[in-house]
Amino acid sequence: MKAYLYLAIAMILAPLFPGFILKTKAFFGGRKGPPLLIKYYTLIKLLKKGSVYSQSTTLLFKLGPVVSLATAIMALLFLPMAGQPAILSFHGDIILVLYLLGLGRFFTITAAMDTASPFEGMGAAREAYFPILCEAALFMVLILLYLLNGKLSLTAHFAGTTPMALWETAGAPLLFAIFALFIVMLTEGSRVPVDDPATHLELTMIHEVMILDHSGPDLALIELGSFFKLLFYAALIAPLACPVSLAHPAATAGVFLGVLALIYVVIGVIESVMARLRMDRVPMFILTSFALAFFAAIISLEFVV
Amino acid sequence: METKFHAITNGEAIDRNDIPHLPFTEFRDEALALVAEGGKVVQLFGTAAVDGALPDGALPDGLLPTIAVMRLEDQLWVAATDLPETYASLTQEAEVFHLFERELAEQFGVTPEDHPWLRMVRYHPNYADRPDVFGNDYAVDIPGNYSYYAVAGEEIHEVAVGPVHAGVIEPGHFRFNCIGERVLNLEISLGFQHRGIEPMLPGATAGRRQLLVGTIAGDTSAAHSLCHAHAIEALALADLSVSTPDQMVRTAALELERLANHTGDLGALSGDVAFLPPANYCGRMRGDLLNMTLWFCGNRFSRGLVVPGGVGMDLEPVDSETVLGRLTELKPQLEHVIDLIFTTSTVRARFDGCGRVSHEDAQHLGLVGPAARASGMDYDARRVFPTEHYTQIDVPKCQPFTGDVYARARVRADEIIASVALLQDLLPKIKSTKSTAVQDHALAPSSLVVTLNEAWRGEVSHCVLTDAQGKIERYKIKDPSFHNWNGLAMSLRDTGISDFPLNNKSFNLSYCGHDL
Repeated sequence: MKAYLYLAIAMILAPLFPGFILKTKAFFGGRKGPPLLIKYYTLIKLLKKGSVYSQSTTLLFKLGPVVSLATAIMALLFLPMAGQPAILSFHGDIILVLYLLGLGRFFTITAAMDTASPFEGMGAAREAYFPILCEAALFMVLILLYLLNGKLSLTAHFAGTTPMALWETAGAPLLFAIFALFIVMLTEGSRVPVDDPATHLELTMIHEVMILDHSGPDLALIELGSFFKLLFYAALIAPLACPVSLAHPAATAGVFLGVLALIYVVIGVIESVMARLRMDRVPMFILTSFALAFFAAIISLEFVV
Repeated sequence: METKFHAITNGEAIDRNDIPHLPFTEFRDEALALVAEGGKVVQLFGTAAVDGALPDGALPDGLLPTIAVMRLEDQLWVAATDLPETYASLTQEAEVFHLFERELAEQFGVTPEDHPWLRMVRYHPNYADRPDVFGNDYAVDIPGNYSYYAVAGEEIHEVAVGPVHAGVIEPGHFRFNCIGERVLNLEISLGFQHRGIEPMLPGATAGRRQLLVGTIAGDTSAAHSLCHAHAIEALALADLSVSTPDQMVRTAALELERLANHTGDLGALSGDVAFLPPANYCGRMRGDLLNMTLWFCGNRFSRGLVVPGGVGMDLEPVDSETVLGRLTELKPQLEHVIDLIFTTSTVRARFDGCGRVSHEDAQHLGLVGPAARASGMDYDARRVFPTEHYTQIDVPKCQPFTGDVYARARVRADEIIASVALLQDLLPKIKSTKSTAVQDHALAPSSLVVTLNEAWRGEVSHCVLTDAQGKIERYKIKDPSFHNWNGLAMSLRDTGISDFPLNNKSFNLSYCGHDL
């Protein structure tokens, strides 16, 4: 029951967190910034609008937003939150989750290609390339965790007292894994230094350029899907970064939300203090996460004998 | 240098009979010889009337009277010729004539033979009522409708950007031939902003002309107004000499324009690489700088500040003191932001080596202004052809640079620092000025004047020709963007397509200044 409640709270709060990023960036830029609830206002605005469809698009174009949102929600079902076991969990669910997100991406890409716009084709090519590298890094983190406690489900690694136990057995490699996951989060969440969510320059975009032709409720679904996706990765990092579990579940949940907010603030700080990478340097950046996870796995061989 | 061209000075009216009239072949050889010596084209234009009232047979024997103004080191040269309906293109020998010949073809229907890329410039029927060189039907309003440079191959893809863009900017069409993320060729097609300013000017009253020249390129108002004022001052029969305080204010206006635009550009460059703090600070400071111009003349973009014979407003010593005070307050902030941009390693990683235009290419294309200086050409009209108070000022030479985005940003930063120092020196000297009214002046008959000024983008030049009655017969305008758009195309060769916006911003060229 609690897991359902947490999921509901997380889904309601998902559009709030990106507001922290905007506020942080505004602070660094010496501005007031938009209100914290800006993403809610945007979603409401978009849902009130109608959708415009190009005559050259087919059903695939309309499927894109729906599937990407649906897969993001399904991924959240497997996500343990605030130390609570996830709603769904089985041996090997991690692999399913990764490919659920992959499925969502596949449909976003096909929807983009469906418009036959050269911009969107370019964005689709980038979106197809970079997440493959992320996948390698994620699997490496997976191998690391499997080495540490021999389990293959998200709940087994990220719920209850396991994160704390992981720190005790293999703190150093876990630090690497957190960094690796953070890089993956920045990539998958289309954040600086990989992508620039604030730009209006189509030629430099990755995620944004693929959804140029979507409008109204369709765009709202895509936005919501990307909020859920970012939340998913942040919620994976949170228990590893701060593995406290307090006596009262509400207190644990409070700490969890605090850590989540902090992660978003850190994203905002990163976006404020550095420029974007050049497009051909991005693979190197993402592969850094793979290298970190890889070395973590090698080091951790030392701990599991 | 032995040449049949006639030496003239910046802003000096000469009798049209003093312009050497050469047969075309000789004209061609002499012009090419000047370019071979390192000369550049300032103006090359047909001198037939362009105000739309050109009757049939206005070009006797089908010949187009043409004037070329060249510069070589610190000397301006002029010569005239008659262009036949088809002539051997000069571009095939020297690239600096490229756009000028296209413009001639479009304005007067003369065809340069063997021109490597004969395409229209702005999309309008020619003024000479001749058959169109490009075979366009101008009843259909579609600029940019021509066969673009194409690259064939399995892996080649073409990306078309514009003319309508995502930002609130001017229209222009960009056609990329790419292999993957790499750009093989970029072709830029402009003309969407064509208003026909040149034909509007000859018949206009002084008041209307004053307004028109201020809008040639809205962000270069001071420089264009200054070129116009110099031309009228030189041609007017009455004495329109400008007092020293007026000269100082006009110099200050040009420098404030440079400061505001360079500051805005640095911020935009920073914003393009998603490094937002300097983008925000620069945006605010650009506003502060524009407000200094506002304090002087009541307009943030120098409209009406420079008028023939002086300036358009009364100033008290307290006015320049106020502006000086604001500038002094802003100086450390400017220095701080420049420091922030150039010491941030991730920004440098994006700027360094991106979109390099070699010194050789820049010479061939005849780039001007900061874009040229970034490629190691140190031409600066303020130093080489000084006007106004620049004769008293030592404008620093820029250091040699590498031709990439970093160099174009660095040149701007250095010019900001230099301009602030220049203004801090100049402003205390400005005492009071008296406003000069804009009025119609009788102009010297049958004369030519060429004026040059260094705007923030580079060399602006106006050419005015009067007829036997002292009426303006032809008013030719050249904005620095006319030279530099091809520099942008060159910078994209073999560069990632995602770096286009950054390179575009590093040139920051004018669409309306080019399209006229």
